[in-house]
Amino acid sequence: MTDASVPQNVAPPPAEVADVELYHAHSWITKYVFSQDAKVIAIQYAGTAITVGILALVLSWVIRLQLAFPGAIPFIDASVYYQSVTMHGMIMVVYMLTAIFLGGFGNYLIPLMVGARDMVFPYVNMLSFWVYLIATLVLVSSYFFPGGPTGAGWTLYPPQSILTGTPGHEYGIILMLVSLILFIVGFTMGGLNYVVTVLQARTRGMTLMRMPLTVWGIFAAAVMALLAFPGLFVACLMLLLDRTLGTSFFMPSLVELGERKDYVGGSPILFQHLFWFFGHPEVYIVALPAFGVVSDLISVHARKNIFGYRMMVWAIIAIGVLGMVVWGHHMYISGMDPWFGFFFAVTTLAIAVPTALKVYNWVLTLWHADIHFTTPMLFALGFLVTFVNGGITGLYLGNVIVDVPLSATLFVVAHFHMVMGIAPVLVIFGAIYHWYPKITGRMMDERLGKIHFWITFLGAYAIFFPMHYLGVLGMPRRFYEMGETAFVPASAATLNIVITVIALAVGFAQSIFFYNLFKSLKHGAPAGGNPWRAASLEWQTPETPPGHGNWGKQLPVVYRWPYAYSVPGAPEDYLPQNAPPVRGERSP
Amino acid sequence: MTAEPVTTEHVTTEPTLRSSLHGMVADWSSDQRSFKGASWGKAMMWIFLVSDTFVFSCFLISYMTVRMSTTVEWPHPSEIFALEIGGKKIPLILIAIMTFDLITSSGTMAMAVNFAYARERRKAAILMLVTAFFGAAFVGMQAFEWTKLIHEGVRPWGNPFGAAQFGSSFFMITGFHGFHVSIGVIFLLIVARAVWRGDYDVGRRGFFTSRKGRYEIVEIMGLYWHFVDLVWVFIFAFFYLW
Repeated sequence: MTDASVPQNVAPPPAEVADVELYHAHSWITKYVFSQDAKVIAIQYAGTAITVGILALVLSWVIRLQLAFPGAIPFIDASVYYQSVTMHGMIMVVYMLTAIFLGGFGNYLIPLMVGARDMVFPYVNMLSFWVYLIATLVLVSSYFFPGGPTGAGWTLYPPQSILTGTPGHEYGIILMLVSLILFIVGFTMGGLNYVVTVLQARTRGMTLMRMPLTVWGIFAAAVMALLAFPGLFVACLMLLLDRTLGTSFFMPSLVELGERKDYVGGSPILFQHLFWFFGHPEVYIVALPAFGVVSDLISVHARKNIFGYRMMVWAIIAIGVLGMVVWGHHMYISGMDPWFGFFFAVTTLAIAVPTALKVYNWVLTLWHADIHFTTPMLFALGFLVTFVNGGITGLYLGNVIVDVPLSATLFVVAHFHMVMGIAPVLVIFGAIYHWYPKITGRMMDERLGKIHFWITFLGAYAIFFPMHYLGVLGMPRRFYEMGETAFVPASAATLNIVITVIALAVGFAQSIFFYNLFKSLKHGAPAGGNPWRAASLEWQTPETPPGHGNWGKQLPVVYRWPYAYSVPGAPEDYLPQNAPPVRGERSP
Repeated sequence: MTAEPVTTEHVTTEPTLRSSLHGMVADWSSDQRSFKGASWGKAMMWIFLVSDTFVFSCFLISYMTVRMSTTVEWPHPSEIFALEIGGKKIPLILIAIMTFDLITSSGTMAMAVNFAYARERRKAAILMLVTAFFGAAFVGMQAFEWTKLIHEGVRPWGNPFGAAQFGSSFFMITGFHGFHVSIGVIFLLIVARAVWRGDYDVGRRGFFTSRKGRYEIVEIMGLYWHFVDLVWVFIFAFFYLW
């Protein structure tokens, strides 16, 4: 790799550890089913996540149909409605978004992007997926038990979540809690791998400040998850004991249907604290990988280095740290010391600073750039718009005084769907269009991709933008039906019908994406190793798709950051991370 | 398709670990590894322990919360946790023995690590077995204590001595800790067997992982074991002394 013109001081340091010894699969089963290869595990994770994601999408139609045509569809009674709301929320947040960003993209991209042969502990990485799969099966199996899945809302607040009035109180809630505990166990095994691979298994020359922002985002999210999931783990275990053994951790003395329950002296607020100690970091566990991916998409497709790379990294870390101490803003109306409200409002609003910094840097990256409007770029731009939109309403809700009247209205639904529903999903689509050529060796159809983008982007706006208005009117979320409500005008019902029709259409339009995904497997144009002419390491593998061990005989050596686009004096408009330095180059 | 891994020639033998804050900055600004001198396995165990610390912290903080928010009086620990020996009630005697037992096991574990690095396989394996024995004895005494409390009428959902949350928190937290000790005992036995047979000298591959192990696993095992002991000190302080 070394070139005669390379100055001595840029030569990479010698290797500190011997190359790893890989486990080589001997049969089809160990190669593709019980696989220890992070790339196969990534596909398994993403496939499972997308499958349950489709289930959650269908459940959202159930919710929308009821809101638009209350009582018109016979099978949607109040129980089914609440069960759909609960399962839609929990699946989308935990089993889809978290799993696909960390388990899917994390597994595929981390080893390739930092120049490792695999995750550091492939066996445990494999276990991580299988425990995750069991967790999803346990969750979905609740549909086949008497009473069906729980209808407690995705927050599972006690006391109502385990009392007899709630749908699925027989088995649904138990299966939900067991499934979450399993998910956390599985995630911990994977998360340790992601974090340690980034910290301890980078290739020669790959410093932390030369990692693509995708890796930074996933790394920070994995660290947050390792610290935040314990809160949910403990909350689930204690709620499970309250439900099954009759302990009273969260259950106060209460009378239900004229009958005094055996519960005595527990603290429901404690559950809310534990839940949101996980729940708020969870937002950033989903958002930080999206931030990272979008930075890379914008840089590659605008042929320009990311603006303010170091600021971007520190912003990710700042958001991660602040994100751990803001959970109380979900509990403004739960009853809290006003000083806590003050503290949580200040920390919440402070997050706007590093977040806005990232948005400015994305925009400045686009400034005077050579923008290619490819499908991944369109999705990245779509993310920018929806994220800014959802972020600004977050400032409204972060203020205690504004939050109190808006709490539990559709305004909140609109806010979090914009900021952590639509925005990350747009990034996932963009990322799939972007890395599909590396994973399969073929391009996805650009024309279908653009149609898919415009329908999804405009459709998502049409669905969630009017919801802000409904929320400001005071229309409550979670309600099965509104009945005679004086403050909600009749036009709101019309708006609800419009939203539902668009939601159904946008949902069905996702079949364009799946058609494209599967058709391109066989019929896509051959991609070659680096169709986007990207500089980061995953595009420099000797084979496409990358083989077992990723790098052939010799691990790559890294000489620069992953954003060397349009470098003056370089032979092409990009310099791969592992290309020897060119004379006079000043890449970090 | 599959590339045979090659051992790079440039592997440094010099430790790259530097002391002081400057050294730390240098390590984290460098390539390849952020924790110089630590293998991935050791780093992974440390990070797992940080995560596990959060689990136990959540348990203990929840316990403190329910203990403070319940309206019924909390049972008196020095009476509940007393044993009658020779017609006299001795407070906290069992728990004193259990704590002594567990802290002793930390000592034998540390010695096992030392002998493992010195390649004194027999001594290392025997000391690990002794550690496992102390761990098993701890779990046994815990079972004895649970039995005694259950006989006296303490249940997860209530007890005759006061707040119902006493039994709930006690069984949940000591149970979760006892589960950690049990897992540790199982892994100690597995590693002790491997050390005894000399698996790490001949490069025998692990049954599940298909990887060659190293003597470092004894130290990693020790990290876990010491952590479980440390957690016990906190549980001991918050449950029995408060």
